Amino acid sequence: MLGMHASHELACGMGGIRTAGDLVGRMQMTRGMRLVEAKRFVAERLGVSTVDLSDPVVMRDVRRELGLGLIPVDELVFAGEPGAMEAKFRIAAVLDVPINSVERFRERVGDL
Amino acid sequence: MAIIQTRLGDGSRIEMTASEMRAEVEEGVEAAVKRARVPRLTASEVDHLCDIFCSNARFSAVDVGDEVILSTDGTCSLEGGSTTEQLLTYQNNLGADTLELATDDYSYKAVKTFVTTEAYRMKMAQLHVVAPAQYGAMPDLGRYSQPDGPIANWSELMPLGKIAEARAAQEEAVELAIDDMVFVAGHLWEGGADGIDFDTGGASGDADLLATLRTTEILREKYPTMGIQMGMAAEMVLGMHGELTYDGKRLAGMWPAQQQEVVEKAGATVFGPAVNVNTTRSVAWNVARACALIKPCMEKAHIPVHPNVGMGVCGVPMTAIPPGDALTRASRALVDILKVDGL
Repeated sequence: MLGMHASHELACGMGGIRTAGDLVGRMQMTRGMRLVEAKRFVAERLGVSTVDLSDPVVMRDVRRELGLGLIPVDELVFAGEPGAMEAKFRIAAVLDVPINSVERFRERVGDL
Repeated sequence: MAIIQTRLGDGSRIEMTASEMRAEVEEGVEAAVKRARVPRLTASEVDHLCDIFCSNARFSAVDVGDEVILSTDGTCSLEGGSTTEQLLTYQNNLGADTLELATDDYSYKAVKTFVTTEAYRMKMAQLHVVAPAQYGAMPDLGRYSQPDGPIANWSELMPLGKIAEARAAQEEAVELAIDDMVFVAGHLWEGGADGIDFDTGGASGDADLLATLRTTEILREKYPTMGIQMGMAAEMVLGMHGELTYDGKRLAGMWPAQQQEVVEKAGATVFGPAVNVNTTRSVAWNVARACALIKPCMEKAHIPVHPNVGMGVCGVPMTAIPPGDALTRASRALVDILKVDGL
């Protein structure tokens, strides 16, 4: 339902990794935090306001600075920046929450 | 007198005056009050719904700062592309806050037969996506009855007056469904899933919901940090069995507020109420009714509430290609009136 998702997103969605929607969504999905609590938690961790969380201009800089993963727009993303799994390691650290795929990755790499 | 372009619940266009629109909103609220004995929406909430629906704008949206989280039931149903590519399309191009890996046969019973493939697809996807990605399917208790499953078909037993046998069959199916859902969820967790989505809980009635609640309880104990989303199939739980309880509460006949209590008690992290659309009434009537039915959840929930806003639920027209003008009004109304945590 491409059109359905796009319409809901434009009408009321936070914007996913364009903003901090994935971070707030992660606190809801895996910690059961309600919206106000989740937004406040993420905003405090990132050092921004709760309104900033839905602002792609503010959040692009914050995500780049903290290495939290970016939309791969060709001319604005560099190989030296964290990719998806690397970004999730950093998200786990910044939000101080375990992320299952990160934990599994770490467990399977083991102590080298 | 200004004419407002709006739609029926089947998506077809109709016209109304502002006073007719207000009457639709008020009647929608009354329908919920009468059916589920919920409180009426306040006068200012009714006024705000009228404002949303009396505009002829082709798109409606919440205020800046009021954005909510969007969860989904499958973000890999696009034509073409690998699963991971589709999840990336939702993440990078559609601004999805959360993602969901799923398969076309959206049923845990079906997934069990190829769960290792699904778990590996999850593992590969997790290497590429940043947004939290859950796995989703339906509890789908009906699949356990003959001819699809091994258990006597309770829908055939009941018309024969074999009520005790029909109930016993459902109880037997509950145990099989729990085994399958726990099995599948365990594999997906090994694959790195951030959570599990039980979509359309209660689709086969109260036994279907009981299986989902008990599965949630088991998973919560086994995997304390697993996300567990439970979306409902309908506004009221059908009493196909009629005597099943959870936490001492009878499941049959539960409305969203009671559903939310048991879902939360079982250990879910996100609750998704569903309110069915009446295709012969206006979108405004349906949205007003949905708001009144769900509002009692919002005040007492301790976990996020994400009303279902797919095709034919919570005011979104029952049509394959939902029109944006109607869909976004439903979306905005639920956020503005109910302060939902997500959709």
